[in-house]
Amino acid sequence: MAYSDKVLDHYENPRNVGSLDKNASNVGTGMVGAPACGDVMKLQIQVNEAGIIEDAKFKTYGCGSAIASSSLVTEWLKGKTLDQAAEIKNSAIAEELALPPVKIHCSVLAEDAIKAAVADLKSKQHGSKEAA
Amino acid sequence: MDTQNYFRLFDLPVQYDIDLQALQGNYRKIQAEVHPDKFVTASSSERLQSMQTATLTNEAYQTLKHPTARARYLLQLQGVETLQDSNTAMPADFLMSQMEWREAMEEAQYAKDVGALEALLSTIQNAGKSLQAAFAQALANDAQAASQLVRKLSFIDKISADIHDMISRLED
Repeated sequence: MAYSDKVLDHYENPRNVGSLDKNASNVGTGMVGAPACGDVMKLQIQVNEAGIIEDAKFKTYGCGSAIASSSLVTEWLKGKTLDQAAEIKNSAIAEELALPPVKIHCSVLAEDAIKAAVADLKSKQHGSKEAA
Repeated sequence: MDTQNYFRLFDLPVQYDIDLQALQGNYRKIQAEVHPDKFVTASSSERLQSMQTATLTNEAYQTLKHPTARARYLLQLQGVETLQDSNTAMPADFLMSQMEWREAMEEAQYAKDVGALEALLSTIQNAGKSLQAAFAQALANDAQAASQLVRKLSFIDKISADIHDMISRLED
């Protein structure tokens, strides 16, 4: 299958590969996997005191489309609030990368990873407020 | 012949643990009965019928032979879908081990270490066997747990296939 230029660009030069400290109180980690193709994606976001995402990192084992989807969303996430981040839809990812129908599930994986990272961070913040 | 249920088609009990030799024996018996050579002089509707049975039997055999496909089919019989494409929420510890295994694969590929890949494959296949045993237990009383076990087995199948590919490429 031919990948689009944008997928190839992210695949060959992935942005923001790596890890953040998953135990830090301002870091949210989302891990998801796609049973059909065995892809695994870890996405982490770090917020500043104003609640804006200032850093995002990913690690993905999977096909080019899965890597490109996660690389792209790390770029999109920076500068967004958690609520704005949670609004990112897989259809926008698929459109930006011109993913063919059989690769749509890769963009679903990226959307689910964002949601999981946001939920993880919100549960941490909620927990620390209760403790305070 | 019961064509509504793959297990009954082969005279097998509807359960996860099956006699694979009986499956293969009954499969061959049916395929011999519906072989095109036997229908050369038959009417076109009989020929069509025998062809359809042969196709169905083949599909049924492939499904029951493969442990993960058999598990998925058993859940389908209960009306439970395994959501291979849409359910991405797996337990974190399971996904962590997937990541670790993928990292170990990368390292072994870089070091061209076939022995390390074979050891990894055996670890993963043992994990798969435990999941299969857990599935047989969960099937009767917890369909959701059984469904998640099938999704886990899909990951195990994929990474095992990828390691096999990697080993053959390294041995070329």
